[in-house]
Order: sequence, then C-alpha cells, then structure tokens
Amino acid sequence: MSLLHLAILSPLLLAIAIPLLHKYFRQIHTGWFVLPLPIVLFTYFLQYISLTRDGSSIIKTIAWIPSLDINFSAKIDGLGLLFALLITGIGSLVVLYSIYYLSKDKEKLNTFYVYMLLFMGAMLGVVLSDNLIVLYTFWELTSFSSFLLIGYWYHREESRYGAQKSMLITVFGGLAMLGGFLLLYIMTGTFSITEMIGRSGEIFTHSLFVPALLCILLGAFTKSAQFPFHIWLPDAMEAPTPVSAYLHSATMVKAGIYVVARFSPIFAEHSLWLWLVAGVGIVTLFWGSFSAVKQTDLKAILAFSTVSQLGMIMSLLGVGAAAIHFEELDNSYFTVAVTAAVFHLINHATFKGSLFMVVGIIDHETGTRDIRRLGGLINLMPISFTLALVGAFSMAGLPPFNGFLSKEMFFTGMLRVMEMNIFKLDTWSALFPIIAWIGSIFTFVYSMIIVFKTFAGKYQPEKLDRKPHEAPLGMLIPPLVLASLVIIFGVLPNILSETLIAPAMTSILPGLAFDVRISFWHGPTPELFMTLGVVILGTILYLTLAKWQSVYGLLPDKLALNRLYDKGLEKAQYGSFRLTSTYMNGYIRTYLVYIFAFFTIVVGTTLFVKNAFAIDASDVSPIRFYEAILVLVVAISAVSILFAKSRLTSIIVLGAIGYTVSLLFVVFRAPDLALTQLVIETVSVSLFLLCFYHLPEISRTEERIRFKLTNAVISIGVGAIVTMIALSAHSTKLFESIAEYYVENTYEEAAGKNMVNVILVDFRGFDTMFEITVLGIAALGIFTMIKLRLARRKEG
Amino acid sequence: MKTNDIILQTVTKITVFVIILFSIHLFFAGHYYPGGGFVGGLMTSGAIVLLLLAFDMKTVANVLPIDYKHLIGLGLLFAVGTGLGGLLFDVPFLTHAFTSVNLPLLGETSLHTAVLFDTGVFLVVIGVTMTIIQTIGEDE
Repeated sequence: MSLLHLAILSPLLLAIAIPLLHKYFRQIHTGWFVLPLPIVLFTYFLQYISLTRDGSSIIKTIAWIPSLDINFSAKIDGLGLLFALLITGIGSLVVLYSIYYLSKDKEKLNTFYVYMLLFMGAMLGVVLSDNLIVLYTFWELTSFSSFLLIGYWYHREESRYGAQKSMLITVFGGLAMLGGFLLLYIMTGTFSITEMIGRSGEIFTHSLFVPALLCILLGAFTKSAQFPFHIWLPDAMEAPTPVSAYLHSATMVKAGIYVVARFSPIFAEHSLWLWLVAGVGIVTLFWGSFSAVKQTDLKAILAFSTVSQLGMIMSLLGVGAAAIHFEELDNSYFTVAVTAAVFHLINHATFKGSLFMVVGIIDHETGTRDIRRLGGLINLMPISFTLALVGAFSMAGLPPFNGFLSKEMFFTGMLRVMEMNIFKLDTWSALFPIIAWIGSIFTFVYSMIIVFKTFAGKYQPEKLDRKPHEAPLGMLIPPLVLASLVIIFGVLPNILSETLIAPAMTSILPGLAFDVRISFWHGPTPELFMTLGVVILGTILYLTLAKWQSVYGLLPDKLALNRLYDKGLEKAQYGSFRLTSTYMNGYIRTYLVYIFAFFTIVVGTTLFVKNAFAIDASDVSPIRFYEAILVLVVAISAVSILFAKSRLTSIIVLGAIGYTVSLLFVVFRAPDLALTQLVIETVSVSLFLLCFYHLPEISRTEERIRFKLTNAVISIGVGAIVTMIALSAHSTKLFESIAEYYVENTYEEAAGKNMVNVILVDFRGFDTMFEITVLGIAALGIFTMIKLRLARRKEG
Repeated sequence: MKTNDIILQTVTKITVFVIILFSIHLFFAGHYYPGGGFVGGLMTSGAIVLLLLAFDMKTVANVLPIDYKHLIGLGLLFAVGTGLGGLLFDVPFLTHAFTSVNLPLLGETSLHTAVLFDTGVFLVVIGVTMTIIQTIGEDE
C-alpha cells in the first residue's frame, strides 16, 4: 500500500475513530479532530502539481480481486489532481465552518463527521481511481453518504423526503453507469480507464459503443443534476448548510462532470456525445437559471444556480469535444471551451462555496433564509455583505472577478459552435449562443436578488426571530478565504493555467495542442458586447421583477417536474399495490387456477411447438374383460362424485374407487400394491369419515358442487393434456427399461424372490428410508397439531 | 345404559392373535412372497385397532404399555443403523449382506440384513399408524 492509497483511505480510517474521540473528548468540538486531515491531504496533493505539470501521471496499484481484474489502482493525473485539490481544499474550509455552524451541545456531531469523512474518502476515491469497479464502489459510497447527510436532521419530514429523492435518482443513475462500465469491460476486457483510452479506436467501432455511452451519461447526468434529473438538488437543501456548500455545490455534483471529462477521450468522437452533453448542458443552464429567479429561499436560489452552472460546465465539455474533430486546426480554437469548463469548475467551487457559507451565516444569525423577510442587513453584517457581493458578482460574470473570465470564455466557446460544420450543427448551432446568453441574463438577475434582496432595502426587524449581528470570526474565515480566491483568480488567472488547467486538459483531450493562457482583456470582441448586454438587460429585468414575475405562473403545475416525480412515485407504489392485490387475492382457488392454467398452457404449447404428440398402438397389449369392467367402474364413480349431493356419498364413492384400483392392481399382478392399497384405502376412508363427522353445524348444508365454467375448462384441459402426455410418452420410447436387470439379479445379488420388496429395501432402500421418515414426520405433526393448542390453553 | 360387548370382545380375543400371526407372516415372507414391513406393520396396527374398538383405550394402554412415538424413533434407528453398519465394512451406505446358515431346527435358513431394514419400516409404520389413531381418538 502506497502513501497515495493511504491518502485516499485516510478519511475512512479517521471515520472509524471519530465516535471514540467524540465520546472521550466531549468538551472539545469534534470538528477540531477532523480539521487537520483535509489540510494535510491538501498539502500532500499540492506536491503532485510538479509531477502533473508536464502532463505525466502515476498509477499505483494494490491487488483487490486480481482474478476479476478488479484492483485498487490509484491514478494521479491533471484531472484527478484538480478534483482532489478541490475536495480537500474546500473540505478543510467546510470542516472549519461547520465547527462554528453546528452546536456542540445540540447536534449529534459524531454522526455528522463520520458521514462527512465517509463522503470525503469516497469522493477522493472516485476521482483518483483508475479501475472502473473501484470507481463505481466509491461512486455509490458518495450517493450513500450524501443520503445520510441530507437526512441528518432525520426528525424533519422534508429532510427525509429530500434524502429519499436524491437517493432514488442518483442510485438510478449509478446503476445505469455500472451497466455502462460493464459494457466497456465487454468491449475491451479490462477495467482500467487508462488502457481503455489507449484502445478507444477499437471501442468506437463496437456495436455496444452507443449503449455504453448512454448508460454512462445517464449516471453522470443524474449525479450532476442535469435536466431533467436536477429535481433532487433543490430538495437536498434540507441538509445542514456546510453539507450543501461541500456536497451540493463544490464536490459531489461535480462527480458527473468528472465522469464526462474522464470519458471524453473514449466517447467524444461520436456525434451523440457532443449533442447530448452540450445539448443537455445548455438546456440545464437555461432551465436552472430561469427557475432560480422565482425562488424565495436563498438556498433554493443557490441550488438552482448550481444546477445552471453545472449545465454550463457540461455544455462546455460537450462543445469542447468537437476539438477532436478539427485536429488540422493547430490552434486552441475549439479547446477554449474545455479550458473554460475547467476554469469555471474551479471558479464555481470558490464562489458557490462562499455563497453557501454566507447564506448559512445569514440563516444562523437571523433565523430565516426567506428573502421576503430579509433586507437591510448591510449595516449589521458588513463582512457578510462584502463576501456575498464578491461571490454573486463573480457568479453573474462581472469584472474583476474570476466569473467574468470564465463567462467570457464560455461565450467564446458557444460562439465558435456556429463555425462547426459537423454533425449537422450548422442548422442549429445559432441556438447555443442564444440560449447561453439568455441563461446568463437570468443568472445576472438571481445573483442580484441574492445580494440586494438580502442586504439592501428596508430592515424589517419585526419579521425576524432574533436580532442579527455579524457572525463569529471562525465562521467568516472560510468564506473569506474563498472570496479572496475569487479575486485572486480573477486578477491573476494565469497562476492556474499552467499548474492546474493545462494538466487537467491534457487528461480530457490527450494528444491535442492547446493554449491556456487566459487574458484578462481581449479587446472589443463580441463576447464583451454580449456581457454588456447581459448587464444591461439583467439590470432592467431585476428592476422590473415585480412586473413580469407572473410569467412563472404560466407553466401549469401538472407539468412541473417535481410533480411528475411525486406522482410517478405515488403511481408506481399504488400501481404495484393494485397489481399485487389483483392477482394475490388470497383464495386458494385462484392460485390453483393459475397453476393449472399455466401447466396446461406451457405443456400444451410445448407439445404443439415441438410436435411431440404421438400415438403408437403397436406396443399395446390387448384389453381384457376384467380391466374394461374395472376401468368402467372407476370412471362411473369418478363422474358420480362430481354430481353427488351429499358429502357422505362422495366419501363412499371415493372408497369405492380406491378398492377398484386395488382390484386393478390384482388384475395387473401387483400383489404388494394391492395389499397396501387395500389397507391404506380403508384407513384414509375412515379418516375422511372422521372429518365429515366433525364438520361444524353451520356449514353442513348439503349442496351440489356449483358449476363454474373456468373450473370445467381448466380441469378438462388438464385431463386432456395429461392424457396426451401419457399417450405420447408411451408411444415414444427412447430406450429399453432397466427392469431386466432387476429380474435377473433379484435372487443372485440380493437373495430375495419378491422383486418389489427387494427393490424397496435393497436396490433402492435409500428412498424407503426417507419415506418412513416422511411417515414419522406426518405422525409427529398430527400429534403436535392436536396436542399443542396454545390458544386453547390460554383460555383454559 | 351399559352395553354388553361380550361377543365382540370374545371374538376379538381370538381374532387378534390370528391377525398378528398373519401380519408377522407377511413381514417375514416379504423377501420371497408378497408382503413386507409396510403391509405387515399396517396389519399389526390393524390388530391393535381392533383391540381399541372392542375394549377402551385405557385397557389397551394397560395391555400394551407402549409409547408409539418411541416406536417411530426406534424404527428409524433400525433403518439408519442398518445403513451405517455397511460403512464399518468399508462398503457404501445401505449395502446389504446375506448368508445362508444351517440352523438346527429350521434347517437351511438365509439371514439377510435387509430384514433388519424392513424391521425398521415395520416399526415405523406401526408407530405412525398408532400415533395418529390414538391422538385423534383421545382428542375431544
């Protein structure tokens, strides 16, 4: 086990120790024990920058299940390292924040930090695994720990609802992704991503290529909250705010982005990839930003904003995939979209993390997140206001913050779509910049809502539960760090370009040349005018918000995705309940109908399809007088049971059939059978009589068997089928009977002359042994049933 | 009114022995003629049932102080034991052995371990039949 493996697993190991630390050091906030780990990990991962800088990578493998090609191989390359730094960096800040956010006395801190560490380890595992199955294992662990964290306040109905929803959706996608991974394995025979990328040409021509692509994208889209699977994210806001900041803005929701980026070298050559990733991304971008404007809860705004920003990154990755098709253009003409994606990925983590933390502070200090109750906090909470301003302006794409740069590059990428002439893009390509632009306007509007509805306007102390004041320093440090990063990356974007962005791009687009220098000012380009338009139109829209907000009422409630999800879930439960209660109705008669009907249908169809029905009369012995008479007696008796009025008649006739059968045994020269049949028939008839005698008075009304057509059809069917099988089986004998052996060897080998008995006790005594066991069990069962009557004993 | 079953009881006393003898005959003849443990056992229980019909349960229980459930166990023990016996001689489970012995009174007689197995069957069948009938009979 290398240090790298230990780094990935260390959060999980620490998670084991947390409950003990919590128990024995109760006066210290448990978060302090957690805090050092992500910091150490962050510095540890920082060292790898020098390694990945020139595009190289390392793989360290420890065997897990080598016989199935499942090995815990950890790989560090540009993309993995970028994510690992995000996870540990934001992780440290979030842990610090949570120490001040969660009360030591009121909350169950041990469970919180255990879940948090589980999540951190799982996330590191996802981004640093080179083996698909290991990746999937960690992937499900993120879903699982996210479920636990969303349901942290499990006594709240909404938390449980949100947790269940996110679990159902992400696990659905996760399972689809597992399917995709297995398809990839079928195509390549390896679980290693690195090897798969090396053989992408061979995968491309395989017939399973498209199903694998769809399955993996389904997993990525559900995890990254892409349209229409984004509905779980707003409900996941019931989690504590540190969780929302960490999982639902900076890390877990980017796992889908990671997967898309990671598999780009394999799939990006196909037009479906470009269309799906870019198309779904751009729709998500628009829908997320459009929906965010109508929210009144700050966290809900941020949730939809996250959805929208993730859509933006996703669409950039999709558009950037086109770079592979234009290898002859030796500049960074289309790779700029990927640069923008990676850059915005970092930017989004910084400003969204800080915004969530600020919202948490507001919630903590005022007791509400509802923008209708907030306002005028600018004088009371100046630091929070500054932080919110930086974060929101960066999100809106204003200079001098980092969001401005990535938004400009985003527009560049989208505008260049228009110049692509592949995959029929020439027809629809104009839609991309237009939707992107409209989406950005809404982004601007909700960014302004976050800042100004909260901090500007009139202060309404009567609507607040407590008197707000500035947060403690410890709570302010993490968003301060993130906000300063927003400014630093905004002013000096090129400190990222060579260290993080270029190596990550090498992983996404291997073998392509690109230029990652980010220029702050690139002249009066169309992008700049688009941004200007965004600012102007956005300001107008924000100021006239009250006038056009009624547009949100236009969409009928029935078509809302949440309603579809709720109804779908309800219908699925109700439907399966209905289905089950229709066929599982509790009547034995119905179940017998199923069994016999299926028997008739299945066997009958087989006979018909296999053309197996045959009658061969050559082997039949002549019918003798006695046999005919006895069979006639049996037949008449059997029919008369059906029409008997009294049960007593039925029992007697049944006995008659039994005795006739024993006579048949006599005629067919089976004396042992005849003897046994005679005695057993006597015993069972007396038992029937016993039952008859003890029937309760009420149900003793004697009546004929009622005629039911289904019963008649089914019993005639079963009789006919069995007869046909018997006739066919008799007519087609594939080999000679083994009876000769017994005839010859009964005396020679077993010293007996009664062949039946010798077979029973000697040749096949094993069966007999268990048959007498069956008898014993029956006797003991009857004994127990009659003697052991707990209900009656209680009464007495 | 007290019924007097003297004829039934007298006839039973004589018949029971005939039936038991017949059942023992069926049992022992099993290997060579129709019969065997199963029918023999059933017939023996038939004799006991006749006793039950003629007399009452208590009397029969006094005459035959047997717990029939033990008989089931004993019979199964016989059957399994016969099978396990083979293992001692390094042959597969349930391998039977036989030999002919010249006994002083009976002359040439064949002894066969299958008879031990059949004894198991015989005992189990008696035990089962009698347990069922007795339990149902005692139930109110």
